[in-house]
Amino acid sequence: MRVLVMTKGAGANEEKGTPTAEMFEQMRVYNEQLVNAGIMLGGEGLQPSAKGAQVVFTETGTSVVDGPFAESKELIAGYWIWEVRSLEEAVEWAKRCPYDPRYGADQVLEIRPFYEMADFDATLVAASVDDGSPAPREDG
Amino acid sequence: MTMDVRRTIEALWRMEAPRLIATLARQIGDVGVAEDLASEAFVAALEQWPAEGIPPRPGAWLMATARHKAIDRARREEAGRRKAALIAVEAQPYTPDVADDLPDPISDDVLTLIFIACHPILPREARVALTLRLIGGLSTDEIARAFLVPSATLGQRISRAKRTLSEAQVPFEPPGADTLPARVGAVLEVVYLIFNEGYSASSGDGWVRRDLAQEAMRLGRVLAGLLPTEPEVFGLLALMELHASRFATRAEPDGTPVLLDSQERSRWDRILIAHGLSMLDRAAKLGRPLGPYAIQAAIAAHHSRARTFAETDWAGVVALYDALAQVAPSPIVDLNRAVALLYADGPEAALVAIDAIRDDKRLARYHLLGAVRADILIRLGRVAEAAEELEHAADLAPTRHERQLLRRRMADALAGKAADTAH
Repeated sequence: MRVLVMTKGAGANEEKGTPTAEMFEQMRVYNEQLVNAGIMLGGEGLQPSAKGAQVVFTETGTSVVDGPFAESKELIAGYWIWEVRSLEEAVEWAKRCPYDPRYGADQVLEIRPFYEMADFDATLVAASVDDGSPAPREDG
Repeated sequence: MTMDVRRTIEALWRMEAPRLIATLARQIGDVGVAEDLASEAFVAALEQWPAEGIPPRPGAWLMATARHKAIDRARREEAGRRKAALIAVEAQPYTPDVADDLPDPISDDVLTLIFIACHPILPREARVALTLRLIGGLSTDEIARAFLVPSATLGQRISRAKRTLSEAQVPFEPPGADTLPARVGAVLEVVYLIFNEGYSASSGDGWVRRDLAQEAMRLGRVLAGLLPTEPEVFGLLALMELHASRFATRAEPDGTPVLLDSQERSRWDRILIAHGLSMLDRAAKLGRPLGPYAIQAAIAAHHSRARTFAETDWAGVVALYDALAQVAPSPIVDLNRAVALLYADGPEAALVAIDAIRDDKRLARYHLLGAVRADILIRLGRVAEAAEELEHAADLAPTRHERQLLRRRMADALAGKAADTAH
């Protein structure tokens, strides 16, 4: 199963200082372990929300809000895409992520499985959408 | 929602098993015994962790438990060659440290274990089973289900393989420089066999078998970390990922194959394509001549990059088939080259190419020979001959869906002929 793993922190902690060389090294080692375990498909770190923007849709219209989003409780600071065999495996890998309280007491790794073709199987076959299963070969 | 403890233990097992077995095998000198000890530790975890909680360092716990099992065995066994080895283990006091939880960045033991699981003294099917068991951390039942054999049969296959390794006294060491290329080739062959078993899903439960393709790609990525100077390791990984990126579009819901020219490219898996292309790039950057896997990946990459079938760089594809025919000659390669020629240079050139291999006995029962030749003939307006080829190809096709597809193309060809004559 493919999962998106988002690193989240509170908006108030976003500018708590640049990570130390030690923290970078710990993350480098951790990333290398993810790669060597064969589960890593991709991932990137994101710049602080001050560099970003939000497009907000409401009944009265569409507006654009510039960052930072300091009031936000959960700001995404980066993400990985992992191919794992179960949610439990993703959780065990996530638990091994280095954590440094200097960058905010509350850091969250949120794991969200992608929709897979099997999930669509049940819901969309009626609408004659390809179920994505490989072509079966049978005799007969 | 709380995590399922059993599934968590299984996940931890799969994360830890290769390193656990590899470390034990190095110390004991017998992969079979190492695997038995590791399995016993896993069973102990299944018994104890649900009640006692998962230890903070599961890898260290499993290792310590396996060592205790080893010592118990040594005490039970009266004498024998194993005893000396086990006492050697006992003599090395084990001190778990933080690093125990995390696989080493480069683990030579795991690489050695992979080489031994794919050892040439084992039959191919045993190499596949042993690799999935030792490196994939799959249970005997899971492997048996994926390969559609009874669990008992697979269990015997694994026991026999372990016995063969033990009797031949295969040392737990990596291959020497002289045999390394051949041994790497044997490992890649096993990984590709596993992938194709899942990719072709020749029968059985498609979902279980697609897991095999996933596992093969994971093994490929593990190997890329362990053998970062071998271009073919990256080549095979790229090949598997680029092919797997088209999983979703290869068949209609009823199983009818969808050929490359009709696949919905927007539904190709962009994440796998990106990873596959970057792996192919790694292979090329090593600066050595590309091997068969990397060349095939480069061909697949041409399709991955093309926004539409018509935009494919067919001349580039033909050149790669020429290269492939040099390093891995086969009539199938020649046949595929003829297809590429059809789009690159036109039907006349393609017909010359395919007629050069038409009498190859190895293709005599291969339905795609006729199917390809028919495509070429249709482009030349020789519809009656094409229909004949398609009829013959349908008779040879291995699946009902392929037979139907070929018959439909025959009907279309004949209908096209009617339209042509009406002009």
